[in-house]
Amino acid sequence: MPPIGNLNYSGEHHFLMQERTAICARGLTKRFGGFEAVGAIDFDVAEGEAFGFLGPNGAGKTTTMRMIQCASPRSGGDLRVFGLDPATSPREIKALLGIVPQENNLDTDLTGRENLVSYARYFDIPKARAEDRVEDLLGFMQVREKADVVIESLSGGMRRRLILARALVNDPRILILDEPTTGLDPQARHQIWDRLRTLQAEGRTIVLTSHYMEEAERLCDRLVIMDGGRILARGAPADLVRSRIGRYVIETEQTDAVRACLDRHGIGYEEGGESLHVPVDDPAPVSKTLLDECGAIRLSTRPATLEDVFLSFTGRRLRE
Amino acid sequence: MSGENLGRRAWIVWRRNLDVFLKTWRVNLLMPAIEPVLYLLAFGLGVGAYISDIDGVPYIRFIAPALVAISVMNASFFECTYGSYVRMYYQKTFDAIVATPVSIDEVIAGEILWGATRSLISASLMLLVLVLFGVVALPSSLLLIPFAFAAGLLFASIGMCFTSIIPNIEAINYPSFLFITPMLLFSGTFFPLDVLPGVLQTFVLAVLPLAHVVNVCRALTLMSGWELMVLGLAWIAVVTPPVFAIALRLMRRRLVV
Repeated sequence: MPPIGNLNYSGEHHFLMQERTAICARGLTKRFGGFEAVGAIDFDVAEGEAFGFLGPNGAGKTTTMRMIQCASPRSGGDLRVFGLDPATSPREIKALLGIVPQENNLDTDLTGRENLVSYARYFDIPKARAEDRVEDLLGFMQVREKADVVIESLSGGMRRRLILARALVNDPRILILDEPTTGLDPQARHQIWDRLRTLQAEGRTIVLTSHYMEEAERLCDRLVIMDGGRILARGAPADLVRSRIGRYVIETEQTDAVRACLDRHGIGYEEGGESLHVPVDDPAPVSKTLLDECGAIRLSTRPATLEDVFLSFTGRRLRE
Repeated sequence: MSGENLGRRAWIVWRRNLDVFLKTWRVNLLMPAIEPVLYLLAFGLGVGAYISDIDGVPYIRFIAPALVAISVMNASFFECTYGSYVRMYYQKTFDAIVATPVSIDEVIAGEILWGATRSLISASLMLLVLVLFGVVALPSSLLLIPFAFAAGLLFASIGMCFTSIIPNIEAINYPSFLFITPMLLFSGTFFPLDVLPGVLQTFVLAVLPLAHVVNVCRALTLMSGWELMVLGLAWIAVVTPPVFAIALRLMRRRLVV
């Protein structure tokens, strides 16, 4: 697969290695009337990393993305994209970004190819160069066979790939993806993930929101967990799992007897959906306690996951 | 933001609409060409049979310029209400464009330029039909074509103001029935303004843009009534810039949140 970036980009590689800050937010706040959607959050995204925003619906992820992409003015705090302020340099910032919005907004009056070509015009890309690039991108995203049919007849995965191809027409340094694979089947999802890893390997910075733990765990170098407009936790996925949960989770039955027994032994647990979740580093002694002293019969041990971290921070209350 | 830049990028947005229009150009061009034929037959031959003339002008020649004015109004007003609303709300086209270096002001300016272009296209086709019927003066009537674009900017801007405040697409019916339809009937279109009571005449000339567009069109197709044309051009030149600015401002308020 040929690289999709222009080549002088990799020529700058030694320069990129010294971890420049792509996005920097301090006390970033967004209010809609009296409602605070994002409340004074701080984060830094280093150039070249894949950075995730995880959170349930209404956490403030999309609002944060919209502030970064200069679509929504911030209400307070500071925000810089490659040192530029979205309030004063939106044009310069938007020229560096590739946006994959949550809601598909391909132009349904045009075909896929026409979508990409007309999009290139908004970036002032000369016609001949735009057509070459569109051809490359249709190949890279594997949508060339369906490039000339109306958008309505395309599958969800195909539309998503076209949106990603569209986000790449300006050879962006930062890709912003708001729930890139929501609603896709596993094949389509894996294909998007694969393309995103290739794009990151080319030196691009990737910022994504998700509520798929697997997606975040696979793609993100670092992530933050948001809820209610605030950041509850931050770090590399593996570190977050290790520090918040431990290595394993024992799932056991949800009876009062087991709860009382765990309380008596001072062993912490969380209420899972259909079982009690006991986070542990070493499962053997706790399993033995559960079996021998708590009268637990059903018992299963599994590695701790990001989902455990997520649920422990955000709870099990249903959203929206 | 420099005006030159606003203009250049607005035309890129305009180009997107032109591309879509050209994809289905046959049906798009058919409508404005057939409409005047129907009107000319119904009003010119039907109604006109009972009316000898108006101020010495045969009835069919009296209404011909009004038909152009109405088509100028309809083309840009409905393009920037229904058309723009669908692109903004259902197709999310504006959201997609403002994720690029193009600003929301440039998107709206491009939409208004496109609305005016629709007026120009409609007026040109209609003029062709009127020339074939031999009911307009030449070559002065050719000036209807550039004038249609200018008047189109006004109606497109008015339409965009409504688009920026309506809660849903059905609400376009309000300006359509309460503003466009009465204006279509009482702007000196099918009968001269001077049959109306004096107060009403003043009201019409003060607030109804179509009255002035009709006056300009009529002066060009009949080669008379030049003082009304000057008044009309002045009125349009004074009113259009602030309405355009208000449309941009209201759209920014709606979309930048």
